[in-house]
Amino acid sequence: MGQEILMIALAYLKAFAVGGGICLIAQIIINFTDLTAGKILVYFMLAGVVLTALGIYQPLVEFAGAGATVPISGFGYLLANGAMKGAEKGLFYAVTGPLAAASAGVTAAVVFAFLMSLIFKSRTKRN
Amino acid sequence: MTGKTKENFNSNYLNYVKTQIPPSRQFRNCLSAFGVGGLICCIGQFIRFMLEYLGLSGDELAGTTSVVLIFLGCLLTGFGVYDRIGRYAGAGSIVPITGFANSVTSPAIEFKTEGWIYGMAAKMFTVAGAIVVFGVCSGAIVGLIYYFI
Repeated sequence: MGQEILMIALAYLKAFAVGGGICLIAQIIINFTDLTAGKILVYFMLAGVVLTALGIYQPLVEFAGAGATVPISGFGYLLANGAMKGAEKGLFYAVTGPLAAASAGVTAAVVFAFLMSLIFKSRTKRN
Repeated sequence: MTGKTKENFNSNYLNYVKTQIPPSRQFRNCLSAFGVGGLICCIGQFIRFMLEYLGLSGDELAGTTSVVLIFLGCLLTGFGVYDRIGRYAGAGSIVPITGFANSVTSPAIEFKTEGWIYGMAAKMFTVAGAIVVFGVCSGAIVGLIYYFI
């Protein structure tokens, strides 16, 4: 039992360290280059795709769990992983695999955003 | 250095602006980005454990975890809480998947006044559109490379 609790605590610690580390890298890039939020999101997603294709991101996911899948680079991991799994099945699945793998995230974002826009009114931004 | 040419004037002005910017709290920025980003990932890990306990596994587990996180991101954006977190956390709130949800929901709510089709629906993809475009293209390239190698 004690060992189990230790394993769970370790999983949280690893998720915190790796996830926080990815955000830290992004913050350092923002501090030095003034990139906007949208560009940061695209670059980190692309980095996730490239690192997954090179086989570097998969060990990180196995090591850190949510620490590697929750940042937007995990979305890139999902896309590249779908492509690589699809490539084993055939040309058609190699091309459609990425979006099929990411369909849950995209669908959730669009549907929930639509629902929220039905419920909430835009508020003036307080600075 | 008092320049008369336009370029000189611009560079002088930019240098002047740099001296007037309050000393940027870069170290504190980084620390809060690390803390908040790590915390959001821990919440993700918690959701993952809970769903695993409910009997999900594999792709279903990973997908449902991100759906729950995206829902939370959308909800907090709707309440206006996420923007407040973002002002404090910087990249710590942009990079996690909740930041992606925020980038979809925020313009959807904001541009609702411009109509449902050209306002809410079209503006929803101002940032997410870029992610989907580059994601699908790069994913397809990876798929083709793996297929032909």
